[in-house]
Amino acid sequence: MCRLGYLDTIDAESAFGVYCKPRDRLRDEPVPYGPVVHGRANLVEDDLLVAENVRCTVGDRVLFDELSLSLRPGDLVEIRGSNGSGKSTLLRCLVGLHEPDAGDIHRNVDSLYVGHRPGICGRMTPIESLRWLAGITNSNADTAFIGVALDRVGLDEARHDVCDSLSAGQQRRVALARLLVSAAPLWILDEPLTALDDDGRDLVGELLTQHRAIGGAAVCATHQTLPTAPGGTRTVTLGS
Amino acid sequence: MRLFVTQFRRDLLVAVRSRSDAANPLAFFVLATVLLGLGAGAQLAPGVIWVLALFANVLAVEGVFRRDHDDGTLEQLLIHAQPLFPAVMGKLAAHWALSGLPVAVLSPVAAIMLTGTANGVGVLVLSLCIGTPALTLLGAIGSALIVATGRGGLLVAILVLPFYVPVLIFGASASTAAMLGEPVAFQLLALAALLAASLTAAPFAVGKALAISQEY
Repeated sequence: MCRLGYLDTIDAESAFGVYCKPRDRLRDEPVPYGPVVHGRANLVEDDLLVAENVRCTVGDRVLFDELSLSLRPGDLVEIRGSNGSGKSTLLRCLVGLHEPDAGDIHRNVDSLYVGHRPGICGRMTPIESLRWLAGITNSNADTAFIGVALDRVGLDEARHDVCDSLSAGQQRRVALARLLVSAAPLWILDEPLTALDDDGRDLVGELLTQHRAIGGAAVCATHQTLPTAPGGTRTVTLGS
Repeated sequence: MRLFVTQFRRDLLVAVRSRSDAANPLAFFVLATVLLGLGAGAQLAPGVIWVLALFANVLAVEGVFRRDHDDGTLEQLLIHAQPLFPAVMGKLAAHWALSGLPVAVLSPVAAIMLTGTANGVGVLVLSLCIGTPALTLLGAIGSALIVATGRGGLLVAILVLPFYVPVLIFGASASTAAMLGEPVAFQLLALAALLAASLTAAPFAVGKALAISQEY
Protein backbone atom coordinates (compact mmCIF):
# COMPACT_ATOMS: atom_id res chain seq x y z
CA MET A 1 0.00 0.00 0.00
CA CYS A 2 1.25 3.42 -0.85
CA ARG A 3 2.16 5.18 2.35
CA LEU A 4 1.17 8.53 0.92
CA GLY A 5 -2.45 7.66 1.48
CA TYR A 6 -1.86 6.52 5.03
CA LEU A 7 -4.57 8.52 6.69
CA ASP A 8 -7.26 7.96 4.13
CA THR A 9 -6.88 4.30 3.44
CA ILE A 10 -5.44 2.63 6.49
CA ASP A 11 -7.85 0.54 8.48
CA ALA A 12 -8.03 0.87 12.18
CA GLU A 13 -7.09 -2.65 13.11
CA SER A 14 -3.82 -2.64 11.27
CA ALA A 15 -2.98 0.81 12.47
CA PHE A 16 -3.44 0.15 16.14
CA GLY A 17 -3.08 -3.57 16.47
CA VAL A 18 -5.15 -5.22 19.11
CA TYR A 19 -5.60 -2.18 21.29
CA CYS A 20 -8.28 -0.38 19.39
CA LYS A 21 -11.34 -2.18 18.18
CA PRO A 22 -13.70 0.51 16.99
CA ARG A 23 -17.14 -0.37 18.13
CA ASP A 24 -20.28 -0.05 16.13
CA ARG A 25 -21.52 2.50 18.54
CA LEU A 26 -23.75 5.37 17.55
CA ARG A 27 -21.71 8.43 18.25
CA ASP A 28 -24.75 10.57 18.96
CA GLU A 29 -26.23 8.46 21.70
CA PRO A 30 -25.71 10.08 25.07
CA VAL A 31 -22.49 8.87 26.55
CA PRO A 32 -22.85 7.95 30.17
CA TYR A 33 -20.54 10.38 31.82
CA GLY A 34 -20.74 11.99 35.17
CA PRO A 35 -18.05 13.78 37.06
CA VAL A 36 -18.22 11.14 39.74
CA VAL A 37 -18.36 7.47 38.85
CA HIS A 38 -17.89 5.58 42.07
CA GLY A 39 -17.15 1.94 42.31
CA ARG A 40 -16.34 1.21 38.70
CA ALA A 41 -16.45 -2.54 38.54
CA ASN A 42 -13.53 -3.21 36.24
CA LEU A 43 -11.87 -2.04 33.10
CA VAL A 44 -13.67 -2.46 29.87
CA GLU A 45 -11.09 -4.11 27.71
CA ASP A 46 -11.13 -1.57 24.93
CA ASP A 47 -10.96 1.53 27.07
CA LEU A 48 -7.90 3.41 25.94
CA LEU A 49 -7.55 5.27 29.18
CA VAL A 50 -9.42 5.21 32.44
CA ALA A 51 -9.03 7.80 35.16
CA GLU A 52 -10.80 7.11 38.42
CA ASN A 53 -11.47 9.62 41.18
CA VAL A 54 -8.44 11.72 40.40
CA ARG A 55 -7.58 14.59 42.68
CA CYS A 56 -4.95 17.26 42.20
CA THR A 57 -4.04 20.10 44.50
CA VAL A 58 -1.74 23.07 44.31
CA GLY A 59 -0.71 24.01 47.80
CA ASP A 60 -4.00 24.10 49.73
CA ARG A 61 -6.16 24.70 46.69
CA VAL A 62 -7.95 21.70 45.20
CA LEU A 63 -7.86 21.91 41.42
CA PHE A 64 -10.22 19.01 40.89
CA ASP A 65 -11.40 16.09 42.96
CA GLU A 66 -13.11 12.79 42.23
CA LEU A 67 -12.73 13.32 38.53
CA SER A 68 -13.34 10.19 36.52
CA LEU A 69 -12.98 9.80 32.82
CA SER A 70 -12.78 6.97 30.36
CA LEU A 71 -11.89 7.09 26.72
CA ARG A 72 -12.91 4.66 24.05
CA PRO A 73 -12.01 4.56 20.37
CA GLY A 74 -13.58 7.52 18.60
CA ASP A 75 -14.00 9.65 21.71
CA LEU A 76 -13.11 13.30 21.92
CA VAL A 77 -13.09 14.94 25.32
CA GLU A 78 -12.76 18.69 25.62
CA ILE A 79 -11.35 20.01 28.86
CA ARG A 80 -12.57 23.50 29.57
CA GLY A 81 -12.06 25.90 32.41
CA SER A 82 -10.67 29.30 33.22
CA ASN A 83 -6.96 30.04 33.39
CA GLY A 84 -5.43 28.30 36.34
CA SER A 85 -8.29 25.83 36.74
CA GLY A 86 -5.99 22.85 36.25
CA LYS A 87 -6.49 21.86 32.61
CA SER A 88 -2.80 21.42 31.90
CA THR A 89 -2.26 19.64 35.20
CA LEU A 90 -5.04 17.19 34.36
CA LEU A 91 -3.50 16.47 30.96
CA ARG A 92 -0.06 16.01 32.49
CA CYS A 93 -1.63 13.55 34.91
CA LEU A 94 -3.27 11.65 32.07
CA VAL A 95 0.00 11.30 30.21
CA GLY A 96 2.00 10.39 33.30
CA LEU A 97 4.16 13.46 33.78
CA HIS A 98 2.40 14.46 36.97
CA GLU A 99 1.43 12.17 39.80
CA PRO A 100 -2.12 12.93 41.01
CA ASP A 101 -2.64 13.35 44.74
CA ALA A 102 -5.28 10.66 44.73
CA GLY A 103 -6.96 8.31 42.27
CA ASP A 104 -5.82 5.89 39.60
CA ILE A 105 -5.04 6.40 35.98
CA HIS A 106 -4.78 3.35 33.74
CA ARG A 107 -3.13 3.92 30.42
CA ASN A 108 -3.77 0.97 28.16
CA VAL A 109 -2.25 2.33 24.98
CA ASP A 110 0.56 4.61 23.87
CA SER A 111 -0.32 8.24 24.01
CA LEU A 112 0.96 11.28 22.25
CA TYR A 113 1.26 14.50 24.21
CA VAL A 114 1.53 17.96 22.71
CA GLY A 115 1.95 20.42 25.53
CA HIS A 116 2.62 24.11 25.82
CA ARG A 117 6.24 23.50 25.01
CA PRO A 118 6.32 22.14 21.50
CA GLY A 119 8.81 19.31 22.08
CA ILE A 120 10.82 20.52 19.12
CA CYS A 121 14.49 21.38 19.55
CA GLY A 122 15.36 24.79 18.10
CA ARG A 123 18.72 23.58 16.79
CA MET A 124 17.25 20.77 14.72
CA THR A 125 15.30 20.91 11.49
CA PRO A 126 11.67 19.73 11.46
CA ILE A 127 12.73 16.51 9.74
CA GLU A 128 15.44 15.78 12.31
CA SER A 129 13.09 16.55 15.19
CA LEU A 130 10.43 14.20 13.89
CA ARG A 131 12.96 11.48 13.14
CA TRP A 132 14.20 11.68 16.70
CA LEU A 133 10.65 11.45 18.02
CA ALA A 134 9.95 8.51 15.76
CA GLY A 135 13.14 6.91 17.08
CA ILE A 136 12.20 7.17 20.75
CA THR A 137 8.58 6.16 20.19
CA ASN A 138 9.49 3.06 18.18
CA SER A 139 7.46 4.42 15.31
CA ASN A 140 8.60 3.15 11.95
CA ALA A 141 8.07 6.44 10.14
CA ASP A 142 10.92 7.01 7.69
CA THR A 143 12.19 10.24 6.21
CA ALA A 144 9.90 10.04 3.17
CA PHE A 145 6.86 9.59 5.35
CA ILE A 146 7.90 12.46 7.60
CA GLY A 147 8.30 14.59 4.48
CA VAL A 148 4.73 13.82 3.50
CA ALA A 149 3.53 14.70 6.99
CA LEU A 150 5.38 18.04 6.82
CA ASP A 151 3.81 18.74 3.41
CA ARG A 152 0.42 18.09 4.88
CA VAL A 153 0.91 20.64 7.67
CA GLY A 154 2.20 23.20 5.19
CA LEU A 155 5.92 23.13 6.00
CA ASP A 156 7.29 21.79 2.72
CA GLU A 157 9.43 24.93 2.23
CA ALA A 158 10.81 25.05 5.77
CA ARG A 159 11.65 21.43 6.34
CA HIS A 160 15.41 21.93 6.19
CA ASP A 161 15.54 25.12 8.26
CA VAL A 162 16.41 24.83 11.93
CA CYS A 163 13.32 25.32 14.08
CA ASP A 164 14.79 28.41 15.79
CA SER A 165 14.37 30.25 12.49
CA LEU A 166 10.68 29.33 12.17
CA SER A 167 7.81 31.46 13.43
CA ALA A 168 5.73 30.46 16.47
CA GLY A 169 2.91 29.26 14.23
CA GLN A 170 5.29 27.24 12.07
CA GLN A 171 6.80 25.60 15.15
CA ARG A 172 3.28 24.74 16.22
CA ARG A 173 2.77 23.14 12.82
CA VAL A 174 5.86 21.00 13.34
CA ALA A 175 4.20 19.80 16.53
CA LEU A 176 1.05 19.07 14.50
CA ALA A 177 3.10 16.97 12.11
CA ARG A 178 3.83 14.75 15.10
CA LEU A 179 0.14 13.83 15.10
CA LEU A 180 0.57 12.44 11.60
CA VAL A 181 3.83 10.64 12.25
CA SER A 182 2.83 9.02 15.51
CA ALA A 183 0.91 5.76 15.64
CA ALA A 184 -0.36 6.41 19.17
CA PRO A 185 -4.12 5.77 19.48
CA LEU A 186 -4.54 8.38 22.19
CA TRP A 187 -3.82 12.06 21.65
CA ILE A 188 -3.51 14.41 24.59
CA LEU A 189 -3.41 17.97 23.30
CA ASP A 190 -2.93 21.06 25.40
CA GLU A 191 -4.41 24.05 23.58
CA PRO A 192 -3.69 22.73 20.09
CA LEU A 193 -5.06 25.88 18.43
CA THR A 194 -2.58 28.31 20.01
CA ALA A 195 -0.65 30.44 17.51
CA LEU A 196 -2.31 28.81 14.51
CA ASP A 197 -4.01 30.69 11.66
CA ASP A 198 -7.51 29.80 10.39
CA ASP A 199 -6.05 27.31 7.97
CA GLY A 200 -4.15 25.65 10.81
CA ARG A 201 -7.29 25.44 12.93
CA ASP A 202 -9.14 23.68 10.14
CA LEU A 203 -6.20 21.31 9.83
CA VAL A 204 -6.43 20.41 13.54
CA GLY A 205 -10.14 19.73 13.03
CA GLU A 206 -9.45 17.50 10.04
CA LEU A 207 -6.74 15.58 11.86
CA LEU A 208 -8.98 15.02 14.86
CA THR A 209 -11.85 13.85 12.68
CA GLN A 210 -9.65 11.40 10.79
CA HIS A 211 -8.03 10.17 13.97
CA ARG A 212 -11.40 9.41 15.52
CA ALA A 213 -12.67 7.82 12.34
CA ILE A 214 -9.90 5.23 12.45
CA GLY A 215 -10.49 4.42 16.09
CA GLY A 216 -8.30 6.88 17.93
CA ALA A 217 -9.36 9.08 20.81
CA ALA A 218 -8.28 12.51 21.96
CA VAL A 219 -8.37 14.76 24.99
CA CYS A 220 -8.04 18.46 24.25
CA ALA A 221 -7.74 21.35 26.65
CA THR A 222 -8.96 24.41 24.82
CA HIS A 223 -10.55 27.82 25.23
CA GLN A 224 -11.77 27.91 21.66
CA THR A 225 -14.30 25.86 19.81
CA LEU A 226 -12.61 22.92 18.18
CA PRO A 227 -13.32 22.91 14.46
CA THR A 228 -14.62 19.37 14.43
CA ALA A 229 -17.88 17.54 14.07
CA PRO A 230 -19.78 17.78 17.36
CA GLY A 231 -20.98 14.16 17.48
CA GLY A 232 -19.56 12.20 20.37
CA THR A 233 -17.74 15.11 21.89
CA ARG A 234 -17.85 15.34 25.65
CA THR A 235 -16.89 18.31 27.69
CA VAL A 236 -15.34 18.33 31.11
CA THR A 237 -15.43 21.73 32.78
CA LEU A 238 -12.98 22.29 35.57
CA GLY A 239 -13.30 24.77 38.39
CA SER A 240 -17.09 24.80 38.41
CA MET B 1 20.25 -0.03 22.18
CA ARG B 2 18.14 1.75 19.59
CA LEU B 3 17.18 4.34 22.18
CA PHE B 4 20.83 4.80 23.12
CA VAL B 5 21.91 5.33 19.52
CA THR B 6 18.97 7.62 18.69
CA GLN B 7 19.60 9.83 21.68
CA PHE B 8 23.40 9.79 21.28
CA ARG B 9 23.22 10.92 17.65
CA ARG B 10 20.59 13.53 18.37
CA ASP B 11 22.57 15.09 21.21
CA LEU B 12 25.80 15.12 19.21
CA LEU B 13 23.96 16.90 16.40
CA VAL B 14 22.47 19.50 18.74
CA ALA B 15 25.85 20.06 20.42
CA VAL B 16 27.58 20.52 17.09
CA ARG B 17 24.88 22.99 16.03
CA SER B 18 25.38 25.01 19.22
CA ARG B 19 29.16 25.05 19.20
CA SER B 20 29.66 28.08 21.41
CA ASP B 21 27.76 26.49 24.29
CA ALA B 22 29.53 23.19 23.89
CA ALA B 23 32.98 24.78 23.70
CA ASN B 24 32.64 26.89 26.87
CA PRO B 25 33.90 24.33 29.40
CA LEU B 26 36.75 23.33 27.13
CA ALA B 27 37.70 26.98 26.67
CA PHE B 28 37.71 27.32 30.45
CA PHE B 29 40.08 24.36 30.75
CA VAL B 30 42.47 25.73 28.14
CA LEU B 31 42.42 29.29 29.49
CA ALA B 32 42.88 28.20 33.10
CA THR B 33 45.79 25.98 32.05
CA VAL B 34 47.48 28.79 30.15
CA LEU B 35 46.97 31.32 32.96
CA LEU B 36 48.17 28.92 35.63
CA GLY B 37 51.18 28.10 33.49
CA LEU B 38 51.97 31.78 33.12
CA GLY B 39 51.30 32.60 36.76
CA ALA B 40 52.78 29.66 38.59
CA GLY B 41 55.31 28.35 36.13
CA ALA B 42 55.92 24.70 35.34
CA GLN B 43 56.14 23.45 38.94
CA LEU B 44 52.59 22.44 39.88
CA ALA B 45 51.36 19.01 40.92
CA PRO B 46 49.36 17.00 38.34
CA GLY B 47 46.44 17.14 40.75
CA VAL B 48 45.88 20.71 39.52
CA ILE B 49 44.93 19.32 36.11
CA TRP B 50 42.39 17.10 37.83
CA VAL B 51 40.91 20.09 39.65
CA LEU B 52 40.65 22.00 36.37
CA ALA B 53 39.03 18.99 34.69
CA LEU B 54 36.56 18.79 37.55
CA PHE B 55 35.59 22.45 37.28
CA ALA B 56 35.24 22.16 33.51
CA ASN B 57 32.97 19.18 34.16
CA VAL B 58 30.74 21.06 36.62
CA LEU B 59 30.44 23.91 34.14
CA ALA B 60 29.42 21.55 31.37
CA VAL B 61 27.11 19.18 33.20
CA GLU B 62 25.16 22.02 34.78
CA GLY B 63 23.34 22.68 31.51
CA VAL B 64 23.00 19.15 30.19
CA PHE B 65 19.19 19.07 30.52
CA ARG B 66 18.42 22.79 30.44
CA ARG B 67 17.73 23.25 26.74
CA ASP B 68 15.72 20.03 26.53
CA HIS B 69 13.60 21.09 29.46
CA ASP B 70 12.94 24.53 27.99
CA ASP B 71 11.84 23.31 24.57
CA GLY B 72 9.78 20.38 25.84
CA THR B 73 11.87 17.59 24.33
CA LEU B 74 12.70 16.40 27.84
CA GLU B 75 9.06 15.71 28.67
CA GLN B 76 8.66 13.89 25.37
CA LEU B 77 11.66 11.74 26.24
CA LEU B 78 10.21 10.95 29.66
CA ILE B 79 6.83 10.02 28.17
CA HIS B 80 8.06 7.90 25.29
CA ALA B 81 11.48 6.47 26.08
CA GLN B 82 10.69 3.11 27.65
CA PRO B 83 12.95 2.19 29.35
CA LEU B 84 14.54 5.51 30.15
CA PHE B 85 17.93 4.05 31.11
CA PRO B 86 19.44 3.71 27.59
CA ALA B 87 18.16 7.13 26.54
CA VAL B 88 19.75 8.78 29.58
CA MET B 89 22.96 6.86 28.90
CA GLY B 90 22.96 8.00 25.28
CA LYS B 91 22.46 11.57 26.33
CA LEU B 92 25.25 11.49 28.89
CA ALA B 93 27.59 9.61 26.56
CA ALA B 94 27.18 12.31 23.93
CA HIS B 95 27.70 14.94 26.59
CA TRP B 96 30.90 13.28 27.84
CA ALA B 97 32.24 12.81 24.32
CA LEU B 98 32.20 16.60 23.92
CA SER B 99 33.25 17.65 27.41
CA GLY B 100 35.23 14.98 29.31
CA LEU B 101 36.94 13.34 26.37
CA PRO B 102 38.47 16.55 24.90
CA VAL B 103 39.79 17.45 28.37
CA ALA B 104 41.45 14.03 28.62
CA VAL B 105 42.90 14.45 25.13
CA LEU B 106 44.30 17.91 25.93
CA SER B 107 45.61 16.92 29.35
CA PRO B 108 49.14 15.87 28.17
CA VAL B 109 49.72 19.40 26.88
CA ALA B 110 48.37 20.81 30.15
CA ALA B 111 50.61 18.41 32.11
CA ILE B 112 53.74 19.53 30.32
CA MET B 113 52.81 23.21 30.74
CA LEU B 114 51.98 22.94 34.44
CA THR B 115 54.26 20.22 35.81
CA GLY B 116 57.18 20.64 33.47
CA THR B 117 57.57 16.93 32.90
CA ALA B 118 55.99 14.32 30.67
CA ASN B 119 56.44 11.56 33.26
CA GLY B 120 53.27 9.63 33.91
CA VAL B 121 51.26 11.49 31.29
CA GLY B 122 49.81 8.20 30.07
CA VAL B 123 48.39 7.46 33.51
CA LEU B 124 46.99 10.99 33.75
CA VAL B 125 45.11 10.54 30.47
CA LEU B 126 43.92 7.10 31.52
CA SER B 127 42.76 8.35 34.92
CA LEU B 128 40.85 11.20 33.26
CA CYS B 129 39.28 8.78 30.78
CA ILE B 130 38.03 6.64 33.67
CA GLY B 131 37.25 9.47 36.07
CA THR B 132 35.49 12.10 33.95
CA PRO B 133 32.62 9.80 32.85
CA ALA B 134 31.97 9.13 36.54
CA LEU B 135 31.96 12.89 37.16
CA THR B 136 29.51 13.43 34.29
CA LEU B 137 27.18 10.71 35.57
CA LEU B 138 27.22 12.01 39.14
CA GLY B 139 26.89 15.63 38.07
CA ALA B 140 23.90 14.77 35.88
CA ILE B 141 21.96 13.75 38.99
CA GLY B 142 22.36 17.22 40.47
CA SER B 143 21.64 18.83 37.13
CA ALA B 144 18.45 16.78 36.69
CA LEU B 145 17.23 17.69 40.18
CA ILE B 146 17.39 21.42 39.60
CA VAL B 147 16.54 21.60 35.90
CA ALA B 148 12.99 22.86 36.48
CA THR B 149 14.01 25.50 39.02
CA GLY B 150 15.75 27.52 36.32
CA ARG B 151 18.74 28.03 38.57
CA GLY B 152 22.12 26.59 37.94
CA GLY B 153 25.78 27.31 38.23
CA LEU B 154 26.85 27.23 41.82
CA LEU B 155 23.81 25.27 43.01
CA VAL B 156 24.78 22.21 40.96
CA ALA B 157 28.36 22.54 42.18
CA ILE B 158 27.24 22.60 45.82
CA LEU B 159 24.97 19.59 45.27
CA VAL B 160 27.45 17.37 43.49
CA LEU B 161 30.90 18.40 44.73
CA PRO B 162 30.74 16.04 47.73
CA PHE B 163 30.23 13.16 45.30
CA TYR B 164 33.08 14.41 43.14
CA VAL B 165 35.58 14.31 46.01
CA PRO B 166 36.41 10.55 45.95
CA VAL B 167 36.92 10.67 42.19
CA LEU B 168 39.17 13.70 42.55
CA ILE B 169 41.21 12.10 45.34
CA PHE B 170 41.89 8.88 43.47
CA GLY B 171 42.44 10.64 40.14
CA ALA B 172 44.87 13.19 41.53
CA SER B 173 46.62 10.53 43.59
CA ALA B 174 47.05 8.27 40.54
CA SER B 175 48.53 11.02 38.40
CA THR B 176 50.87 12.23 41.16
CA ALA B 177 52.08 8.70 41.85
CA ALA B 178 52.65 8.11 38.15
CA MET B 179 54.73 11.28 37.85
CA LEU B 180 56.91 10.08 40.73
CA GLY B 181 57.18 6.62 39.22
CA GLU B 182 55.23 4.87 42.00
CA PRO B 183 52.68 2.10 41.45
CA VAL B 184 49.23 3.33 40.43
CA ALA B 185 47.18 0.15 40.09
CA PHE B 186 45.23 0.68 43.31
CA GLN B 187 44.13 4.23 42.48
CA LEU B 188 43.14 3.30 38.93
CA LEU B 189 41.16 0.30 40.14
CA ALA B 190 39.40 2.45 42.73
CA LEU B 191 38.54 4.95 39.98
CA ALA B 192 37.22 2.12 37.82
CA ALA B 193 35.10 0.91 40.72
CA LEU B 194 33.66 4.40 41.15
CA LEU B 195 32.90 4.50 37.43
CA ALA B 196 31.21 1.09 37.53
CA ALA B 197 29.09 2.14 40.49
CA SER B 198 28.00 5.40 38.86
CA LEU B 199 27.37 3.71 35.48
CA THR B 200 24.90 1.33 37.05
CA ALA B 201 23.23 3.60 39.58
CA ALA B 202 23.41 7.16 38.26
CA PRO B 203 21.17 6.78 35.15
CA PHE B 204 18.35 5.48 37.35
CA ALA B 205 18.82 8.34 39.76
CA VAL B 206 18.89 10.79 36.85
CA GLY B 207 15.66 9.32 35.45
CA LYS B 208 13.96 9.59 38.82
CA ALA B 209 15.22 13.13 39.34
CA LEU B 210 13.97 14.14 35.90
CA ALA B 211 10.54 12.64 36.62
CA ILE B 212 10.38 14.63 39.86
CA SER B 213 11.44 17.77 38.03
CA GLN B 214 8.37 17.50 35.79
CA GLU B 215 5.98 17.72 38.75
CA TYR B 216 4.89 21.26 39.19
